[in-house]
Order: sequence, then structure tokens, then C-alpha cells
Amino acid sequence: MTILETTGLTITLDGQALVRDVSFGLAARDRVGLIGESGSGKSLTALALLGLLPPGMRTSGRILIDGEDLLGAPDRQWRRVRGRTVSIVFQEPLTALDPLMPVGRQIAGPLRLHQGLNRSDAERRAIDWCGRVHLPDPARLARALPHELSGGQRQRVALAMALACRPRLLIADEPTTALDVTVQAQILTLLDELIEETGVGLLFISHDLPVVAGLARRLLVMRTGRLVESGPVDDVLRRPHSGYARQLVASAARVTRLARPSVRREDR
Amino acid sequence: MSTPLVEAVETIAAPDTPARPRRGWRSPSFVLGAAMLLAVLALALVSLVWSPYGLDHTDPAARLADPSARHWAGTDRLGRDQFTQLMLGARTAVGIGLASVAVAFIIGVPLGLLAATAGRFLENTVVGVIDIVIAFPTLLLAMLLVTVYGASTAVAISAIGIGVSAEVARLTRISASRVFTQDYVLAARTCGTGPLMILVRHVLANIWHTLLVQATLAFGVAVIAEASLSYLGLGTPPPAPSWGRMLQEAQSTVSVAPWNVLLPGLAVAVTVVGVNLLGDGLREVLDPQLRQERQAAHR
Repeated sequence: MTILETTGLTITLDGQALVRDVSFGLAARDRVGLIGESGSGKSLTALALLGLLPPGMRTSGRILIDGEDLLGAPDRQWRRVRGRTVSIVFQEPLTALDPLMPVGRQIAGPLRLHQGLNRSDAERRAIDWCGRVHLPDPARLARALPHELSGGQRQRVALAMALACRPRLLIADEPTTALDVTVQAQILTLLDELIEETGVGLLFISHDLPVVAGLARRLLVMRTGRLVESGPVDDVLRRPHSGYARQLVASAARVTRLARPSVRREDR
Repeated sequence: MSTPLVEAVETIAAPDTPARPRRGWRSPSFVLGAAMLLAVLALALVSLVWSPYGLDHTDPAARLADPSARHWAGTDRLGRDQFTQLMLGARTAVGIGLASVAVAFIIGVPLGLLAATAGRFLENTVVGVIDIVIAFPTLLLAMLLVTVYGASTAVAISAIGIGVSAEVARLTRISASRVFTQDYVLAARTCGTGPLMILVRHVLANIWHTLLVQATLAFGVAVIAEASLSYLGLGTPPPAPSWGRMLQEAQSTVSVAPWNVLLPGLAVAVTVVGVNLLGDGLREVLDPQLRQERQAAHR
């Protein structure tokens, strides 16, 4: 069943198109990777899918969520969808958490909002979620402030916050880019686990082809505001037909080749 | 993708008891400021139940007396006990100071939040008004209002409150706008949080420290403004005692009885310096950024 479908999505700022004619659909349990270089419009597309573009940007086209066209809908209507049907996790887990609010309360926030739980129930559920994202000692960490956690732990909190209300679609906007490589692998494993467990659909945005390829089943490739290629991961990796996708695959392969000898040395 | 979960790699940064800073509360400026203010507050509170003499009590036999066991701060040219006047003056100063700050915040905070959340046109309008009020000296504004509406406590409070509210509104707008651009506000919106909730849970929660410090400073400004108005005969009308009027009444006899000028002047100075020191101390204790740095340094 299609959860989200966008057709002809175009975003303009002062008459200049930043995203042009982007169309794709996401169904339950879909795992879609959206890849492209910085400034290609990936993150803008993600924000547009939640109706959260910065003021001054204009959109046209259609964004259907559960069959309802929400593009241009009032904020009140969007608020029912955000966090409940579609959630997002951002790149920088430090700034995405309120520095003065215990993380447990931040996870509890959407629960109280969408599920009408009272404070103590919501906070108990928040502690559950801290455990599900494998934070050590959930009951204690739920009372900690964001600066008392490590980067990986913060991103786990952000994931818990995004998934707390059991959305059917999760947009992950470069969730691992700001993390160390070791922590990055842990977060990706966790994401994989949570997706399997909750059946949430995934739109994974990144500029890192190997990371996306490991998690997604379908790839969308974006360049200068346009979708230049889309298809199953294997097809795009083996038979890229757009020039940009070819470049992308080739350079990713080169990086992997360069990286591999050192990995072998460590293995011995 | 098959990397096993290695929790141990992530360091657990949270200490057993989330370290709350204690040193801040013991900073010299906070302690000294609090002590000075408490002394003034104590004078004001005690005056509610007890003062050496009644307000109208005059001692014609001991006019312009030096401080003594009978009159701790001496008497003025009518033979009124100056310590009684100082105590009751403290009550006026603290009362008008608090009321003015309340007025300033009731006007300033919503106005600042409005400017921070509203569209560009409304924001520019509010900012323009704020700038005009800031540019206009508070005392002059107060004199204008008193001239129009007559001298009364309520007019003095509103006049000082309006004057100070501009600064409060400006600070609120700047701090709130900064919070509004933060990612965690965007993150809260992605969870479906409404604008009012964001305002209360995130914006106010992140700026009240700044506003509280501003409130202490505003209190100092209000106390000076009240004394100045009373000195000019535009503040609380007699018989309510006021430090400003004590100064004014005593200036003709300053060569004979310097105490009568020194003490109310000192009272104003102690209050204002105290409140500023307290504000500095509070800023150190409350400022989240300083607090985090201190915790980081502590670790």
C-alpha cells in the first residue's frame, strides 16, 4: 500500500527552481535510498515531504500522504501527519535535541501529543524506547540532558523520538554522516533492526553510496534538483544508465578499492 | 551491515549523578549581591510590622539630630526619624520596582515573542516601536506620562514599566528568534508539535534564564527611576515615603545634616549595585552555555 506519493514536486526560491519535477512513491516496508551530492536537493525534498520548507520557498506538484494531497494544506493538517505517519531523523543529533530537556521527556513529547498518553505513561514508554534503541541503563539515561550523551547515543535518542509513535514511514536524512565510522556502523545496524521490527518504510538520504546500498532495496539518484535515475539497487549499481550514476558508482568502487588493502592487512 | 552491536565502543558520558554545578551559587558576586538585596528586602518587610516610630511622628525637640540611640539614622528638619523613613522608603522602592518589572515583562515578553514569530512586516513594525521606546529616555517618558495623568503610584509604575518593557521585548525577540532557528525546533515540528507547544516547551524553556537575569537588571533600573521621579516630585505622592524625596527634602540642609542625604543615597546605591551583582551571579549560574562549559571543564 502506498503511504506517500509525490508527483511533479518542484521547489522554487525567488523564481529559481531548486528541485524540479521529482516523482516517486513509497509503500509500507519499502526501503528506498535517495542519493546525490551536496546541494542536489535531497534534504529540501525531505523537508517538503513533511511540509516544513523554510518560508519563502514555493512548491508545486502533489504530495499524497495516505491518498490525501497535503501540498499547500494548512499547518494544522500537516501536524496530524508529522510524527504519526511520517517521521524524520536529521544529520546532526546534537542540535536536533533540545539542550535543556531530559532526553526521556523529548521522546515522550510526541507520544503525549499523538497518543494522548499522560505524562507518567508517556515517560515510561520513552524509557522502553531507550531500551529498544539499545541505550545502556535506559531509566537513568532518560533523565540525562543531550550534552551528557555521546553522538551515537544522541542519534539513538533521535531515532527513538522519530519512531515512538509508530509512524509508517521514516525519512533518515544523512543520519550517520556526523558520526565516527564505528558508531556509524552501529547506528546502521540499529536502523536495520528497527525497520525489520516495526515494519516502517524507509527513505534513506545520503551522499554515501556504499551506506545507502547496504540498507536500501531501491535507489533514487538526484542531481541538481532532478531525479536522474531510479530502480532496484542492483540494477543501478551494475547497469547505471545516466552519466552521473555511472560516475557515482565508479568513484565509489575506486574508494572501496583504495580502502580494501588496509582492511585486509588488519584481518591478518 | 552485519557488524555486531558493540555498545562498549560508545562511551557513557553521563556520570552517576548528573553533575549540577554548585560553585556558581558561591560566586562572590552572587553572594554579595544577594546579601545586599536581602538587607534591603528585610528593611522593607520589617517595616510592614514594625518601625521605630510612626510615619507622621515628629520630634520637634530633636530636629536635624545626628544618629543616636533614639534616632538610629538621625532626624530631618521636621524632626522625623530618618530610619523609619528609610525603612518605609525601602518598601516603596521594592514595591514599585517589582511592580514595574512585572508590567515590563507582561508587556515586553509577549511583544518580543510576537515579533519573533510573526511575519516580516509585523516584526519590522514591532522592532521599530521598540527602538523608538528604547531611544526615548525612560525618565523623560515617565515625566511625560506623569504630566498628563498626574503623579500617582500607578502612573509611576506604568511609566517605568513601559520604559523598561522595550528592552525586555528586544531581548525576548532576539533570544526567541535564535531558538526558532535551532534544529531542535524543526525536529519538534517534524513530530507534529504545534506552535504554542513549541513556544512553551522549547522557546520559553530556553530563554527564561536570560529573561530572569534581565529582570534583575530591570529591577535596578526601576529603583533608580522611582527615586529620580520622587526626587523631582513626580513619583509616589506624599505622605508615602520614598528615598528620592528624602534626598530632595534633605538637600537644603546638607551642610548641617549630611547624614540625611548620605543614607537615602546609600540605600539606592546598595539596592542597585546589589541587584547588578546578583544579576551577574545569576547569569553565571543559569546560563546554559556557561554551565555546560563548566561541567565539561569539571570532567
